[in-house]
Amino acid sequence: MTETTVTPERPLVVEETETKPGFVGQNVPRKEDKRLVQGQGVFFDDVKRHGMGYVHFVRSPYGHAKIRSIDVARALEVGGVYGTLTGDEVAILTDPFFELSTPPGAHIKDYALAVGKVRHVGEPVAAVVASSRELARDASELVEVEYEPLPALVDGEAALAEGAPILHEEAGSNVVWSGLFDWGDFEAARAEADHVVKIERLHFDRFSSTPLECSGCLVEYNRGTGQWTMYCNHQMPGVGAIWMAPALRVGIDKLRFVTQDIGGAFGNKICLHPQFVACCLLARKLNRPIQWTEWRTDQHTANAHGNERTFLDVEVPVKADGTMLGFSVRAVDDCGAFPRYEPLGCIIWAQVTPGCYRWRNIRVDFTQVVTNKSPVSPNRGYSRMQHLWLTERIVDIVARELGLDPVEVRKRNYVRTEEMPYETPNGCIYDSGNYARCLDIALELIDYDQLEERRRDAEARGKLLGFGIGSTLDSGTNNFGQSTLLNPELQFSGNNEVATVKLDIFGEIVVTLGTVPQGQGHETTAAQVVADILGCTPDDVNVRPGHDTYWNSHAGLSGTYASQFAVTGLGAVKGATEKLAAEMRKLASLVLGCSEDDIELAEGQARMKANPEAALPFMALGAILNANNAGLPTDLDITLNARYMYRPPFELPDKERKYGNLTLTYATQIHACLIEVDPETGGYEIVDYAAVDDCGKRIHPQIVEGQVHGATAQALGAATHEIFAYDEDGNLLTPNFYDYHVPHALDMPPIKNGYIESESPFTPLGAKGMGEGGGAGIHAVCAALQDALGKTVTRSCNPYHRVWELLRSEDRGVTVQAR
Amino acid sequence: MTPETARTIAVDVNGVSYEREVEARKLLIHFLRDDLDLTGSHVGCDTGNCGACSVLVDGVLLKSCMLLAVQADGTSIRTVEGLGSDGELDALQQAFADHHALQCGYCTPGMLMSASWLLERNPRPSEEEIRRAIQGNICRCTGYVNIVRAVQAASGQEVSE
Repeated sequence: MTETTVTPERPLVVEETETKPGFVGQNVPRKEDKRLVQGQGVFFDDVKRHGMGYVHFVRSPYGHAKIRSIDVARALEVGGVYGTLTGDEVAILTDPFFELSTPPGAHIKDYALAVGKVRHVGEPVAAVVASSRELARDASELVEVEYEPLPALVDGEAALAEGAPILHEEAGSNVVWSGLFDWGDFEAARAEADHVVKIERLHFDRFSSTPLECSGCLVEYNRGTGQWTMYCNHQMPGVGAIWMAPALRVGIDKLRFVTQDIGGAFGNKICLHPQFVACCLLARKLNRPIQWTEWRTDQHTANAHGNERTFLDVEVPVKADGTMLGFSVRAVDDCGAFPRYEPLGCIIWAQVTPGCYRWRNIRVDFTQVVTNKSPVSPNRGYSRMQHLWLTERIVDIVARELGLDPVEVRKRNYVRTEEMPYETPNGCIYDSGNYARCLDIALELIDYDQLEERRRDAEARGKLLGFGIGSTLDSGTNNFGQSTLLNPELQFSGNNEVATVKLDIFGEIVVTLGTVPQGQGHETTAAQVVADILGCTPDDVNVRPGHDTYWNSHAGLSGTYASQFAVTGLGAVKGATEKLAAEMRKLASLVLGCSEDDIELAEGQARMKANPEAALPFMALGAILNANNAGLPTDLDITLNARYMYRPPFELPDKERKYGNLTLTYATQIHACLIEVDPETGGYEIVDYAAVDDCGKRIHPQIVEGQVHGATAQALGAATHEIFAYDEDGNLLTPNFYDYHVPHALDMPPIKNGYIESESPFTPLGAKGMGEGGGAGIHAVCAALQDALGKTVTRSCNPYHRVWELLRSEDRGVTVQAR
Repeated sequence: MTPETARTIAVDVNGVSYEREVEARKLLIHFLRDDLDLTGSHVGCDTGNCGACSVLVDGVLLKSCMLLAVQADGTSIRTVEGLGSDGELDALQQAFADHHALQCGYCTPGMLMSASWLLERNPRPSEEEIRRAIQGNICRCTGYVNIVRAVQAASGQEVSE
């Protein structure tokens, strides 16, 4: 077993739960790696079909405009062009995608291509299909679109202003959804407080995880059956089909999603239904396979940004000893031109309402608006990241204003380990954890006791040293019932995932998952769980890579999203394997003439515990039932092909009180960092960084650590460089990796890792979902900048120029009211 | 419209000779992926920033999206499919697997080519040299931590913690 968690010259920081014999908890070699390091993975763009046509979308050059006319005639004249699709056809052939919101958002009409109007730069208005991607691109330039430009709206607060241009006339407002969340008694808390700290405005910037593989699909239409097959990289096909099938006016079984390897997704591949519907229509219209590979520039301009959120009029009642009693805030969330997965972000944050803290009185006035920017979609840390940034900003701004120590104030306000499971003011149950212990480990890793010495050393070199902490929770395994707190009519609740495990004719153990992996190592961790139950090795377990609707191993909420595989995916694998194991024991007991209880599964055999010589290899069991079954009792009801649906134990939330348990598990991330700022230039460097993670039982510690590294890197990118910035006309100024700087190898500081394992009492394996917790890096960098500069940090992303400006600006926007 | 021009080129890729007619405007990466079906090299951007398409052309590391296929006429090209032999992994590929230097695997082929090129010229690179060598390759999954470790391990060095 490779030890990945211990820094040699440092004390052991790992506090592991009891190690049980078996493969779970070990760093077994990843099953995925051999094909991927040889270039033998199969990503959707690797799939080819005879006679396939390549799609190029004609996209809007305007942020906001009426479409007067579209003329595709010249494009169609080009040899090698197979056909086109326009919004007018889409409006006839499909119904608008259903909206999750109540009015006004419910009235928004969203189609596969723009109908009558464009609402963001890059919005697809027509599609051209040709024999090569180059030809399709050339021919799309011959499509003539006449626009009538309208004023563009590029600011969430401005969207609410009187007289603002309205994006969706049918909605009559730029508001998608709004609501008040009021838990505890905020007014009483304010009256009880010794101080009230007021923060005018905080802004969480727009960015996204930008997976290296862009989105796309190869769609085949079967004219005989009316069924589409999509070789693609959709990460949530269950929900994708729920969107697509009604729009296409077909039953859900007409849509088959197939994935194998996916080049990262991070939530950004959940909202692909508009483009996929366009491809489905084209495959049917042109009677040939249709291939769409998104260009990087299109991915940045028109696919999936993370939610941008402004926090206004924050008030924090604080006791003299630093105990915070809660907060109130007005939040304006900007979801871009179409809601799509929204307004779910208007409730997802409530999974972590008080952050890591014991705050009992919280009031959030939440409004989501549309603007002439790219639509958003879930993005690693979806909606909780923005909210947790708020809670961490609150802690550090209050600490600064009241002269409190950022470590001590956290420890005073953190939920305590002895309070677990802890019920938050809105009814969420924090399952387990020890935040203060994680913070201590993080501080130890960055030699916090030498902070003042290092501050002096930096000063001597003309640098400003800053220290910052980021505390976050990665809430995993959604209760989809939270959607009913937004729209009581929605018929979603609970959660599920499916796996099947079978014993085949030559003794092969074959696992199929309903999940859609994108690099998280599902094949490997599923095999670990199966091997421990069946008494074999992970090498004996064949896990089919990817997802296929026709495997029938999925459910309506299947997919890989929201930090849940270790709970839902492996819960399904465990359940299916236990069912199979029981059937294997039953069959063996019939053959060996003993009771099922006398049979054990070990070393690839079903054998009598009392007499291991009396054994049937798995191959014999598989062959007997599948091919050689004469003489078996007629009432023997086994298939050796077990399907299991894992359902987490959820109740419907209380719609009136907006109260209930919204997620099953809460993994902890406590990060700490030191940065050095050059006051002349605003340039800064992260000089020490520690990430402490607690995701309960780690199935595969190396994979957990990989997730921590990756999430941290994305957070540091978002904290330092990555912004989807727009000009006033709605042009994206960072439409590719040339302008949008993601971390490269030289940008990344060394990361010190530490772990504790607080097992979840609620999950099949004691594990918690994890992988989305990287927001802690944004919070830690903001806190460290504030410490270094002595200025309140009010933006989530702070490139060097902002730091330079901050150094030279007056510190405004925070007031303290003593009571 | 771009005028249609095509010419026949001859290249050696991973020891196999190919002769194909290609459009003059076709990028080398699309020639490798679409015409030769060598889909190990990937496309991650439009601007030459991501490095997922990195290959060795006559022994020189290049981003194959920054080169027209016709410019590669007469060259000898090595792609990720040419690493290792007979289905066995080479030391670098094995180190990537051992050290969990890949998650989704999309950047991995380009990353391996950049690291291979480094190790050919510098068998015991420092951490700084490793980071510099893969600076042109974007990975969105790993934060590069384990990639650096894998290259250190493949070059027989102690792995930094």
